[in-house]
Amino acid sequence: MAKQTETTAGSKTDALDVEQWLHVYEQMAKIREFEEKANELYLKAIMPGLTHLYSGQEAVAVGVCEALRRDDYVTSTHRGHGHCIAKGASVDLMFAELLGKEAGYCRGKGGSMHIADPKSGNLGANAIVGGSAGIATGAALSAKMRGTNQVAVCFFGEGALGQGLLYEVMNMASLWKLPIIYVCENNLYNEYTHYSEALAGDVTARARAFGIPTETVDGQDVQLVYGTMQRLVERARLGEGPAFLECLTYRYYGHHVGDINRTYYRSKEEEQQWRDHHDPLKLLADKLVSSKLTDQEMLERIYADVKSEVETGVQFAIDASYPDPSQVTEDVYA
Amino acid sequence: MPEREITFAEAIREALAEEMRRDPHVFIIGEDVAEAGTPFKVLSGLVEEFGKERVLDSPISEPGFTGMGVGAAMTGMRPVVDIMFGDVLTLAMGQIVNQAAKVHYMSGGRMNVPIVFRTNLGATRRSAAQHSQSLHAWVSHVPGLKVAIPSTPYDAKGLLKTAIRDENPVVFFEDKMMHKMKGLVPEEEYTIPFGVADVKMKGEDITLVATSSMVQVALGAAEKLKEIGLSAEVIDPRTTTPLDKQTLVESAKKTSRAIVIDEGYEQYGATAEIASVIADGAFYYLDAPVKRMGAMNVPIPFSPVLEDLTVPTEETVFQMAKSLCGRA
Repeated sequence: MAKQTETTAGSKTDALDVEQWLHVYEQMAKIREFEEKANELYLKAIMPGLTHLYSGQEAVAVGVCEALRRDDYVTSTHRGHGHCIAKGASVDLMFAELLGKEAGYCRGKGGSMHIADPKSGNLGANAIVGGSAGIATGAALSAKMRGTNQVAVCFFGEGALGQGLLYEVMNMASLWKLPIIYVCENNLYNEYTHYSEALAGDVTARARAFGIPTETVDGQDVQLVYGTMQRLVERARLGEGPAFLECLTYRYYGHHVGDINRTYYRSKEEEQQWRDHHDPLKLLADKLVSSKLTDQEMLERIYADVKSEVETGVQFAIDASYPDPSQVTEDVYA
Repeated sequence: MPEREITFAEAIREALAEEMRRDPHVFIIGEDVAEAGTPFKVLSGLVEEFGKERVLDSPISEPGFTGMGVGAAMTGMRPVVDIMFGDVLTLAMGQIVNQAAKVHYMSGGRMNVPIVFRTNLGATRRSAAQHSQSLHAWVSHVPGLKVAIPSTPYDAKGLLKTAIRDENPVVFFEDKMMHKMKGLVPEEEYTIPFGVADVKMKGEDITLVATSSMVQVALGAAEKLKEIGLSAEVIDPRTTTPLDKQTLVESAKKTSRAIVIDEGYEQYGATAEIASVIADGAFYYLDAPVKRMGAMNVPIPFSPVLEDLTVPTEETVFQMAKSLCGRA
């Protein structure tokens, strides 16, 4: 790890039975494969524009979302595919959106950075860094006002710690005891800059200044993320107010798919080190196999199934039709 | 139809109270909206009826509570966000323009944002450059937003009720000099549809299109024009988005002359858009170029002697109309 953690959370391996851990593995594998395909679609010039890959961070999205109900809310970021899948979106409709097809989640009008799936509680990815902090906190306020017992999760990267909006809404969330968890995915880089060059002081001290309890966990350990998140969600549901969870993680690829030559801001050795020693899928697989909860063959089968689901999804998207030009003026107003 | 006289501020308050009684999802959030009832006292009494949960005093964090309003609107509530001064819209623009205005389109119609941003406009209150601007053109520029700028208590009440019931984000501008203005409203409930201009005075010789604070100015100028035998038609679009192009164009075709008067800065202002609509739609009927009168292109100065020069007045509109009609 690039930074010592102040982990206090206990792992809750036993809290989920084997089937559920295999589901967690499947979800992480699906994100990994989805992103590999997305990268390929970019490199083959099949996908318009750019996209920001979540590879390496899978344990955060899946660990967090596994602790949520389907009707709980999440808001996502420009690096949002992982959150989307983890909250329950299907990959075929996601790929269709990435390719600008009518069958996509947003009828091709949003693209990679704006996928939303309100049916699974996903209020949308956001291309403004930290831009969804208000929406997530407002969703928590709304849940409290409507008395629904839902919680909201605001995903953001450590780059969003530079945005004032986050501090304004954390203040109100604490003041009004709103059911929201701020999940800071610290992948070390604000786009092309190491976060230590952009951030003064301590990450979690910011939230503590508002009286918000904080946790910092190894974000590559999905069991740890899940166990910690479960506790934070429970207290939020009980009306005890917001929490702030910092997950220490790493993105394997560049800021976006076009960020290929990146040794000027981080070394290949560093990237390899994370892939070799802190890979969230390997970590979970090793644990499940060594504790004899499953075997390698089962995991390989899951991976193969996911691979074929993703392949099918890509083909669906490629075959899908583009929106009719007449749709350009639809959906401006409800 | 029985009517009663109320002030502009009372019209706003009645609209809010009626809608809050009708729909439990409507709530107000903003700075000093509860016991204080805002510095303009427009909201006085609402917290007593609806409680602090529905008239929610926020910290001084415009982007924060604006963004929270957007999130609440996306998840089943109908917030009315109070932005104390129109100038402060600039702080909340990220949330209004990049979030609220785009959610419905970006999501392919899967989500929408039924929210009202209530704010104000208008100079001559001796409040200087950061509390006197009329920035409605900024938001009128952005697809996905609707913009209402009423000029009478009747319009204010009817349009605000429509705004609260609309499924889209609406920015609602009140002229802060107009809160004490009195006018008639019907006893029974009513709403006013967006995109329908109101002819405030019928006339034949020249069309004065005026918005918000400038409607009274235009009506005053029209009275002066009568004295020299000119009959002006005064039209208030009431909403800039959607804009009732047809009524504006038809009037200009009839009178063959038009001036557009609005308190926003003249450069790239609402007057430019409206004038172009008229020039385009009534070109072959016009006897003179469409004229624009907005706020002078300077930050609003403090000194009354200077401030009063920056906005159109009855006299300047009268002079412009007179000259456009070929009177010396």
